Amino acid sequence: MATLNSQIPAGPLSDKWEKHKFSSKLINPANKRKYKVIVVGAGLAGASASATLAELGYEVHNFVFHDSPRRAHSVAAQGGINAAKNYQNDGDSVHRLFYDTIKGGDYRAREANVHRLAEVSVNIIDQCAAQGVPFAREYGGLLDNRSFGGAQVSRTFYARGQTGQQLLLGAYSALNKMIGAGGVKSYTHSEMLDLVVVDGHAKGIIVRNLQTGEITRHSADAVVLATGGYGNVYNLSTYARGSNVTASWRAYKRGACFGNPCYTQIHPTCIPVSGDYQSKLTLMSESLRNDGRIWVPKRKEDCKKNPADIAEGDRDYYLERMYSAFGNLAPRDVASRAAKYVCDEGRGIGDTGLGVYLDFGDSIRRLGEGKVRERYGNLFSMYHEITNEDAYKTPMRIYPAVHYTMGGLWVDYNLMSNIPGLFVLGEANFSDHGANRLGASALMQGLSDGYFVLPSTITTYLANVKAGGRPATDRGEFKQAEEEVRNFTRRVTSNNGKRTPDSFHKQLGKIMWDYCGMARTETGLQKAIQLIGDLREEFRTNVKVLGEPDGLNQPLEKAGRVADFIELGELMCRDALMREESCGGHFREEYQYTPNDPEVQQGVVNTGDVKRRDDQFAFVAAWEYAGAPDKAPILNKEPLIYEEVKMSTRSYK
Amino acid sequence: MKVSLKVWRQKNANAAGEFKTYASPELNPNMSFLEMLDVVNEELSNRGEDPIAFDHDCREGICGTCSLVIDGKPHGPHKGVATCQTYMRSFSNGDQIVIEPWRAKAFPIVKDLVCDRKSFDRIQQAGGFISVRTGSAPDANSIPVPKENADLAMDAAQCIGCGACVAACKNASAMLFVSAKVSHLGLMPQGQPERYKRVKAMVDQMDTEGFGACTVTGSCEAVCPKEISLDFIARMNRDYAVALIQGDPKQVVGGGAG
Ligand SMILES: Cc1cc2nc3c(=O)[nH]c(=O)nc-3n(C[C@H](O)[C@H](O)[C@H](O)COP(=O)(O)OP(=O)(O)OC[C@H]3O[C@@H](n4cnc5c(N)ncnc54)[C@H](O)[C@@H]3O)c2cc1C
Ligand code: FES
Repeated sequence: MATLNSQIPAGPLSDKWEKHKFSSKLINPANKRKYKVIVVGAGLAGASASATLAELGYEVHNFVFHDSPRRAHSVAAQGGINAAKNYQNDGDSVHRLFYDTIKGGDYRAREANVHRLAEVSVNIIDQCAAQGVPFAREYGGLLDNRSFGGAQVSRTFYARGQTGQQLLLGAYSALNKMIGAGGVKSYTHSEMLDLVVVDGHAKGIIVRNLQTGEITRHSADAVVLATGGYGNVYNLSTYARGSNVTASWRAYKRGACFGNPCYTQIHPTCIPVSGDYQSKLTLMSESLRNDGRIWVPKRKEDCKKNPADIAEGDRDYYLERMYSAFGNLAPRDVASRAAKYVCDEGRGIGDTGLGVYLDFGDSIRRLGEGKVRERYGNLFSMYHEITNEDAYKTPMRIYPAVHYTMGGLWVDYNLMSNIPGLFVLGEANFSDHGANRLGASALMQGLSDGYFVLPSTITTYLANVKAGGRPATDRGEFKQAEEEVRNFTRRVTSNNGKRTPDSFHKQLGKIMWDYCGMARTETGLQKAIQLIGDLREEFRTNVKVLGEPDGLNQPLEKAGRVADFIELGELMCRDALMREESCGGHFREEYQYTPNDPEVQQGVVNTGDVKRRDDQFAFVAAWEYAGAPDKAPILNKEPLIYEEVKMSTRSYK
Repeated sequence: MKVSLKVWRQKNANAAGEFKTYASPELNPNMSFLEMLDVVNEELSNRGEDPIAFDHDCREGICGTCSLVIDGKPHGPHKGVATCQTYMRSFSNGDQIVIEPWRAKAFPIVKDLVCDRKSFDRIQQAGGFISVRTGSAPDANSIPVPKENADLAMDAAQCIGCGACVAACKNASAMLFVSAKVSHLGLMPQGQPERYKRVKAMVDQMDTEGFGACTVTGSCEAVCPKEISLDFIARMNRDYAVALIQGDPKQVVGGGAG
């Protein structure tokens, strides 16, 4: 069993972070440069961490598989970033952001981490504004805000529909400044393929240069993974095609625990699937729900009609009906599940029947087309590009799609995994969003981890590591890890298989979506585990990778990533099977509110809402690798102790 | 629908390249251009032929990774979109489509349709930033920015760094890209202290990388997926001229014991 100590500081919640920073050891400036830190990833989390660690004086080596750090998937975030600035004077505060995030996560996140996130949120906006991030502004020149999924205050900062790109360019500019100054050495086209653990500590990585095929060893005093989320396990998702789990997965196989792998977010407003050639699903920013109304026909017979011919009285604005307080702004998990229900009832629209309308008719009548165009013009044109439909004239068609993974490598309060010296930031860790993430809070977490948390907590580890004492790369552990990487390459390129890595990815994605998607059952998950086991075996013998291992070989890259996704998929199903409750994005059909429950009768929740079982499942599931892919992994539990907030039924009615 | 593809194939940076022609399988007009290539590649692989290497990631026009010259036009037939946002319905049954990589001295070809754009990173490492240490920032609302400036800065900041501007230019000039970066920061009050130093450093690096001169033909603006305006080039030229007149700032030696 792994030893999990969350290292949450003692004392009142709102003092923990300040006290922790004060009591953490410092490293004197002359010594800092003797420590080398490897950071894998240059999304918001990795770029901000690399830049800040280098500013402090550490020797930083940054690795990305992308051709430039600026292309990390963070670039795609549209909607915005939360911060408890209360610039709108609408009652926001650090405590309210903390509370909303805890509740939004369905009481499955750590209180101390979330409180720290809310505290740090205000510094992030200052930092980004000073870097020149062109946030939206009011006419007086001050920063503008909007309200965003699941919040009743306006605390979201944004830059047109491109908040992610602008924040990333800010972090990338900080990174560039430090690369230019010699503080960071940047390796692009460099994919981490293994973690090297020496005497129980993370001390290096094995890397493949994707342009030349060269495999190299790198040692360091600490390793930081900021490698993003794993939603592409479903094949179809709103992630960039290249996003993958490999770095985290190899760390898992070296002993790092994987926290809550089954917690996945399915986003309610994406463009529906159009055919089996589909390679990705496009998110339509949730900000659209501020002015768009979601509906389906009341009667099945109307589903194939032109929406304009369906009378107002024959439309079911189901979110407004079911959740009157939040209406169309209900949190993502709630809104997605509701869409699934109405489609399951046969009231879905579009060719496939898997779609609902997002209608701007009312807003256009109220505000005028010009105002709607000003607010969402780029989204409407994106929608038009993809579907060839004009959403000013006819409602958009949307359906839920995989969007974010709340699970990830287990970390303590210092963001260190259970392997000493291995730190995990951003979407790659499990820590702040519980079982569901609220809109505009992933960007906040990535930047909080990278700019403010890690640079301060990494000393708790490094202060006990001898400066300049990192191992040489000719040690056995490095050699062995490199050999394993080479073996995989040899195996898949010399295999006489018949199927491409892509075809396996598609098949895996379908299994995951069918059995471990928006609704999960015991029998379904058991079936999925069996199917994935078979798929893993078939992959081993029947995958085909053409071309040479030296030089650019995209199918080879894909093969490694798909192999890891297959194993991860199985772990996700095991986690979902173990968690015999519903919470946030994890919905087990066996655990839902029924008309007989008092909460339904009192009007707190709806029939079909998720039913948590706090008495048995208020814990983080931290899975530990058992040494072989076909051996059942070991479950470690970190109890979730709530000191400040009372765990209660999550109501958005 | 079906199309025929004439594609640039090149094994690696040093090998000679050539066009090869492939017939597509049956396609759906709602496929994206890149999905069409996926389908063609799946067929090539199943026949034992090396699939066509091409760059892509977000597939929604924001990461700047995709980079194809389609029928002679970087990012294909439509204005204001990237390759990944181009759909097969823009072509007709039976069309022959010519697909090439970005071609520029500063973007060497890695394989087939993939080129190396690290030169863009190096230009930004030379000065494309505002020097602010983490933790040293004042409250965000203590630096008001007139909305017009913020909006114009945002127009420039939208650049996705794809390099289509370079690929479209007969001189392979990177002026549109660099001017977008320079203007974004130069339009913000936060960017003023380093404004002239920045433009000089970035332009000098651009020249070192081997990008060509700008002769204002406007082909860059025409293909830019974010429709970045040529006006930014004029703005940058003004700043660069000021930077040259100002010369390098005088070095001041610190010191003084206390
Ligand atoms: C379409 C979309 C819209 C979104 N909108 C919002 C929003 O409005 N607000 C919000 O808060 N959140 C949003 N999110 C979520 C948010 O964007 C992400 O959770 C967040 O940006 C992740 O940042 P990150 O730094 O953890 O990882 P990423 O940005 O994914 O970066 C991962 C980095 O790791 C590198 N990497 C990965 N594996 C390896 C490896 N093996 N070797 C080397 N390098 C590796 C990559 O090259 C990359 O640099 C959105 C997400 C999507 C998909
Ligand atoms: S793939 Fe990202 S812009 Fe085209």
